[in-house]
Formats: sequence, structure tokens, C-alpha cells
Amino acid sequence: MDFKEKLLDSHLAFEQDVDLLHPIHKYRKEALKRFEEGGFPSKRDELWKYTSLASITQKDYHLSPTTDSNIELKDIKKYSLNDIDSFKLVFIDGVFSPFLSKTTHDGMDICVLSAAISKSKYKKTIKKYFSKIVPEDDNLSSLNTSYTKEGAYIFIPKGIEPEDPIQILHFATGNQNSIWLQPRNLIITESNSNVQIIERHQSLNDHKVVTNSVTEIYAENNSFIDYYKIQNDLLSSTLIDNTFISQEKDSNVSVHTFSFGGNLTRNNLRFYHKGSNISSTLKGLTILESKQHVDHNTLVNHAKPNCESHQDYKGIFSDSSIGVFNGRIIVEKEAQKTNAFQQNNNILITDKSKVNTKPQLEIFADDVKCSHGCTVGQLDKQALFYLNSRGIPEKEARALLTYGFANNVLESVKIPNLNKKIKKLIASKLGVNLGFDL
Amino acid sequence: MLEINNLHCKIEGRSILKGVNLKVNKGEIHAIMGPNGSGKSTLANVISGHEDYEVTKGNLYFKSNEINELSASERAHEGIFMSFQYPVEIPELTVTNFIKTAINETRKAKGLDEMSSREMLKKIREKSSLLDIDSKFLSRSLNEGFSGGEKKRNEIFQMAMLEPELAVLDETDSGLDIDALKIVANGVIKYSNDDNAVVVITHYQRLLDYIVPDFVHVILDGKVIKSGDKSLAKKIEDQGYDWLKKEKK
Repeated sequence: MDFKEKLLDSHLAFEQDVDLLHPIHKYRKEALKRFEEGGFPSKRDELWKYTSLASITQKDYHLSPTTDSNIELKDIKKYSLNDIDSFKLVFIDGVFSPFLSKTTHDGMDICVLSAAISKSKYKKTIKKYFSKIVPEDDNLSSLNTSYTKEGAYIFIPKGIEPEDPIQILHFATGNQNSIWLQPRNLIITESNSNVQIIERHQSLNDHKVVTNSVTEIYAENNSFIDYYKIQNDLLSSTLIDNTFISQEKDSNVSVHTFSFGGNLTRNNLRFYHKGSNISSTLKGLTILESKQHVDHNTLVNHAKPNCESHQDYKGIFSDSSIGVFNGRIIVEKEAQKTNAFQQNNNILITDKSKVNTKPQLEIFADDVKCSHGCTVGQLDKQALFYLNSRGIPEKEARALLTYGFANNVLESVKIPNLNKKIKKLIASKLGVNLGFDL
Repeated sequence: MLEINNLHCKIEGRSILKGVNLKVNKGEIHAIMGPNGSGKSTLANVISGHEDYEVTKGNLYFKSNEINELSASERAHEGIFMSFQYPVEIPELTVTNFIKTAINETRKAKGLDEMSSREMLKKIREKSSLLDIDSKFLSRSLNEGFSGGEKKRNEIFQMAMLEPELAVLDETDSGLDIDALKIVANGVIKYSNDDNAVVVITHYQRLLDYIVPDFVHVILDGKVIKSGDKSLAKKIEDQGYDWLKKEKK
């Protein structure tokens, strides 16, 4: 039996564990049907031209792994920002860990999706938002929807601004080899609220794990969301991150994606504008080595006038690593005075590394400002020599130039502790200790 | 301190240096002159260890050790410094962080602890005021948007900070007005002492009015064809290189 069939067959068993009468169950059923028809994406799909999942989906995975309840704070500490006493949602092999988490229902909801689904007081909200912006033609998202059970649920009511960032941490223990996880996050920020969120997927040992995650984000009028994705997983792990963002008027959402780890990472990041005066920011920094593969597939759908979007993705590729950037901007007829900017810059350190970069602009309005640019180059040799000649060795010199190259992605990270942590991750990825902040 | 024996070198298959001999002792200031394309800058780059320049024959000795195989950063750790003719612009790296890294990497290589921030700051203040460098300048990105004069002053500032044993100054005077030239020359004179050596590469006598050389060498077609004292520079200023070309024939 191939894995797709297993997914279809196992759904019956999955259904025994969920409330079949809940309104979201019909979404699960419909999504399963779509996945059954469409299956896994292949390279024939335009959006999957440069990333093949064949070697991953041809294997077998445990769908509901037995979880290791012995995970302690010390095992996961280094993956979170611990110097702040913030709300944290920790999942171990897809199962919520109350022991390692800090939730709240006081003035806002930071809890788990399963609770929000099961409790009647959330029914209205779930019904209003669940799966409303997940595109039906995205088969991996459909697969996730069909198995929706657990994930983060964050609801920030009108005017609320949580002081500290909220952390969503998914850990895989790999008690069993080859596991397939499908977390589902739902985030709603009501008008005039302001929140920072950090999301991370991390394996705790090198058993194979594939995560097919879906996050839906609804930013209501004039709300602010600052979202950070830290992708620094082990080489045994694969992440397919599907994030869909719906923005109402005057809202401001930024997503920073830092991709340093993992075997294969695919980021489907899509923004949908529902009102005017919206600002969307998409930034990414990718630093890869060995045979790592990261694919950023972005979409900003400008549907209303006077909105702006800003995309800035940088990549540095060593060894035989591969980077893909496919950035799509749609400007609908109604979206006059749109200001859309897109930039993708890459540095290839080795001859064997590779980048596929493809801007895609579809503009139907006539009074818009759209710009895009992409570059693929190398570290400036003369600059390297200049640094070398001052006693800065090759590795450190490369690191300094890399920081310089990456800095405009780093400088907009608004959480100082996170900024520091990311710089440390970069330094360790580049194998240097520079001992100062740039 | 520096001894170059029969140095031949190629870049992209083209022979540039064709048997250079040069000996520089502690406490000396040498000037190297020569027309465009004679190999002056190549010599500076080869001494600093630029990888694009392939040494095909001959040897470089620094403090009695052969350094042919040392990388550029290793040579810097040994005490060799080159002031660039065209300093490279490096975005997002401040002058201060650059110099801190350079000093601490050199200390690391020598097995020393990093310099304390206080000591570093003190030294930066001292050396930057010597070169009339504004403190704002130090928090700017390295060479980015600097004027020609600022770039050259910054080079000499780095030299003053790193305190190398051998400083090779590649056309440090080019693009400088007379006031900037004086500041730069003054920086070099302050640095120069009995324990170090300076090699000044220049087209013009002008700089040598301030940095007075003990020896002047003329490079022509990849070879040192004549050496003398400072009067040789004067003669070249007056008569050009033609008489030397004839003499060579």
C-alpha cells in the first residue's frame, strides 16, 4: 500500500477520535476528497517545478506516533526564548504538552485548537474562520485539513497587545522512526490588537519526520502581527509549511522566515488582502549547506486599493544545496495605487549549489507601482581579500560579508532577544564566533 | 625584515614580475616608483598574499621566514599590512566592528585574549584623532560612500590600529588634496619607528616630500632596475622614466 492510500484508509480510524457532528468535520471530509482526487503534488505542477516530494511521499510514515512523555524542559529549553516569561504552546509529536506550555484564557485565548473545537463557546469563531482562506487547489493543505485535530489557537481580542511574544513550538521525539505530523494553527487578531509570534518545528533526534503544517492567520482592521518562523531543524526532517494570511483594512502583517536547517523545506506563504491601506511584509533569510533544499513559494494577492507589500528574500548556498524562490504578485483590477516590491538576492558559495528564482507578476490595475529584482552572484573576492589582508581569516571574512548581505532581513526583527538568537544561529551555521553584534 | 629574491609572478597567465629583488630592514622607509603597468601594485599584492597572483619563481622572506605559502590573513598576523589603492566598500560592517574583528582575530592567532572594549575604545579614540577622523565616521559602513580622502585616511587609521611591522602603502597619495595628503603623511610618520618598516608605492615625488624615504627603487617591466636615495625620486620627477628605459637598453 502506498502512503497516499494509507492516508485515505487511516482516516476512518482518525474519525473515531474526533467529533463527527462538529461543523468543521465537513471541511475534513471535503478536503479528504480533494486530496484523494489530487494526490501529492508532482513536478508537473507549475508551483512544484523545482521541488520534488517523490522521495518523501514514496516512503511510509506513522500517522499517530506514540509520544514520549519524558520530555523535560531542559530538553527543549534551547529552542525557545526562555529569558522572557511568555505564553508558550508546546507540542510533542503533535500532542499538546500542558506541562511544558503556558496558556491563557484571561483577556485573550492562547490555547490549543482541539479545545477551541470541542468547547461550545468557541463554536461561532471556529465556524467563522476555520479553513476560510485555505485554497482548495492546494492538495497538501487539503490533506492537513482532512486530519485537523491539534495545533495552536490564538485569539487576540480588540485592542489587546500582549507584552511578550507568543511561542508555538512543535517537537518531534522520533520515538518511532518515520513520523508524519500535521499541526493546524488558527490565529485571529481582532481590530487594533498587536501581537508577536514565534513558530518553530524541531526534531529532538535524527529519526525521520515530515511535518505538513497549516497556519491560518486572520488580521482584522488595524491589527498588527509580527510573525517569525525559525527553521533550523535536523537534516532528518522535512517541513512543508503552509501559511495563509487574510488581512482586513489598515492591518499590518510581517512574516520573517529564517531557514537554516532541515533536509527539505517548502514554505507556501500567501497573503490575501480584504481591505485598503494594508501593509504586508515577507522577509526571508536562507543559509544552506550539504544537500539541503529550501523552496519559498510566496503569493501576495492585492485585491483592494492603496495597499503595499514588501518582499525581501536572501539566500546563501554552500555545498550542493538548492534554493528556490517563486514570488507571485497579483494586482487585481480594483487594487489601484498598489505599491508592491519584491527582491530576491542569492549568493552561491560553490559551483555545485543552485538557485531557481522566478518572479511572477500579474497586474490588472493600471495605476500601480510594482518592482521586482533578483540576483545570483558570489561573495566579492576583492572584499574577501581586503578582510583577509587585515588578519580576518577566510571563514570569518565570509561570515562578515554574509552578515552584511543578510542585514536588512535581520534589522527588522523587532524582538531583541530573538535577533540575538538568530545571529548566534547564523554564526554557528557559518562556523564562526565573532563576539560582537553587527 | 622583508627580503624578496628573484620574484616572478603571473596573473591570469600573464607574467608581471620578472625577477624582483628587494631588501627592507627594520627602521627603513623605501619608496617604489615606476610608470603605469610596471608591476608596482602587483608587488604590493604579492607581498600581502593575494591568491590571484601566482608566484612562479623566487621567494619572499619576512623576519627570516619564507612566507610564500602563507595566506593573506596569516601574513597579516605575522605583521604585514597593505594600504589599498582602492579600498573595498563593505556594506553593513561598521569601521569600528571591522577594526575590532581585525585586531581580535590577529590576537587570537597569536594566542592572546581579546582586547577589552575599554582598551579598544581608548585606542580607537587616540588613533582616529591623530588622523582627524570624526567619531561619526567610525559607525559608518566600511568605506561605503566615503570620499577618496576618507578612504585613504581610513586605511592609515587601520594601519595605526593594527601596528604592523611592515606597511606597504599602495598609492596612498592618489586622489588626495594637499591637506588630506599632509594628514595621511603625518599618520605614516607617527607610525614609523626603528622597529618597523614602510614601503611607499607612488607615482609622485609629492608624497615623498613628507614621508622621506631612505631608499628609492624604480620598477620597470617587472624588475627593479635602479635603486638609490631620495635624489632618485627627484630626478624622476624632473626627467620622467625615459632616461632609465634608455639606460636599461
